[in-house]
Amino acid sequence: MTTPAATVPGAPIIKLDNVIKQFGRFAALRGVTAEFESGKFYVILGENGAGKTTLMRALAGLAQPTRGEIFIQGKTPHEACRELGYMAHPSLLYDEMSGMENLRYFARLYDIAGDERCEWVIRSVGLDPELSRPVGKYSQGMRQRMSLARALLHDPRILLLDEPFSNVDVQSAQEMVGLLKGMRDAGKTIFVVTHQAALLDGVADEFVWMQAGRIVDRTPHLARDAARAEER
Amino acid sequence: MRSFWSITLATLAKDIRLEWRSKDALNAMLFFSLLVVVIFVFSFDPLAEESRHIVGGLVWIAFLFASVVALNQTWARELRNQVLDGYRVSPAPGTALFVAKALGNFLLVSLLEALMAPLFVIFYNLRVLGPAWQLVPVALLGTWALVVNGTFFAAMSLRTRSRELMLPLLLFPVSIPAVIAMVAATTSILTGEDSAHFYIILLVTYDVVFTTACVGLFDTVLQAE
Repeated sequence: MTTPAATVPGAPIIKLDNVIKQFGRFAALRGVTAEFESGKFYVILGENGAGKTTLMRALAGLAQPTRGEIFIQGKTPHEACRELGYMAHPSLLYDEMSGMENLRYFARLYDIAGDERCEWVIRSVGLDPELSRPVGKYSQGMRQRMSLARALLHDPRILLLDEPFSNVDVQSAQEMVGLLKGMRDAGKTIFVVTHQAALLDGVADEFVWMQAGRIVDRTPHLARDAARAEER
Repeated sequence: MRSFWSITLATLAKDIRLEWRSKDALNAMLFFSLLVVVIFVFSFDPLAEESRHIVGGLVWIAFLFASVVALNQTWARELRNQVLDGYRVSPAPGTALFVAKALGNFLLVSLLEALMAPLFVIFYNLRVLGPAWQLVPVALLGTWALVVNGTFFAAMSLRTRSRELMLPLLLFPVSIPAVIAMVAATTSILTGEDSAHFYIILLVTYDVVFTTACVGLFDTVLQAE
């Protein structure tokens, strides 16, 4: 079931209501309340330990909030899993299998039959589906692209990408940015956690600043002072 | 339901492919079992009559310890690159993953048993005095008893710091009734002194109860952080 919000462009697609996530005594998220609109490109920024990855894992349904609620199109992250594409810092791929073998397996988990979708998505990230080499022997950049292909496999409406550009050369990173921009333009909602935010300046719609488990600012530009001055 | 079995078979095929390429678990299990056979045969040097009384216990203890290697390996490969998270974010049912893993371990341990059985016969000079065909259901039911609990407890100990130690600590006490039934049934068949029927029924009951419990609880274990 899809809520009316999902069909209205710019309507909130994700709502977080006072989300707290604790690991023992340590609170990784400390009461995050936010709404994110459909079809926008968000960049999550913050220092190490700010709670960016925990926020992504909570949105993906991998980390259950200790308190508070997350709604994705009115559903829990687990219920909305077909709408979510998640790319983590590790590749989430089997090193001993080729890219195509990996995607074929994950395609079955989403009831996707045949190889066409797998081949298309591998080509869309700039790799060759015929590559028989196991993923463990890929370069870091190729592994990141294949990991992105895995996240895109089931054509999700929302993409959650944690450090997609880490260890990727500048040209490959720019190609990935171009690909993501095209997806945003096609109506997908994209969340990227990155320490290379400059790559996304002028592409992203909003920069979300996190500190000590809280969202402390949301700006349309990477330069926070300039963004604040523009608002004034 | 079609989707459940399709995912189960895809996961099973993937696991078999990964094991075929690495042979991590199979090699380790074979070496371990071989060592047990050789060490015991040199330690005891039993007569044929004595062998029939002790080999039931020996065989199953060897397979129980060897299967722990496979069981740890099954989930260890899901932790590399956090691939398990890729499964957890998908709409695929957790039980399909469990059934596939249990079936994969069953095939692996069965293969080990098929390879090691002739060695036990040769080294211990065995001749079966009871109905030999009953060894087949005992082996199948006993192996399933080991792997179904083992797969479940290996998943449970996945996120613990010393998971390779945790698995035997959790698995062995729970397996005691099954091991007793397996050893008693095997000894009965080898010596031909008693009927193994009671122990076979005990194994069937054990398998049904623990398979149901493991399948029912696995989703909770999978989604635990």
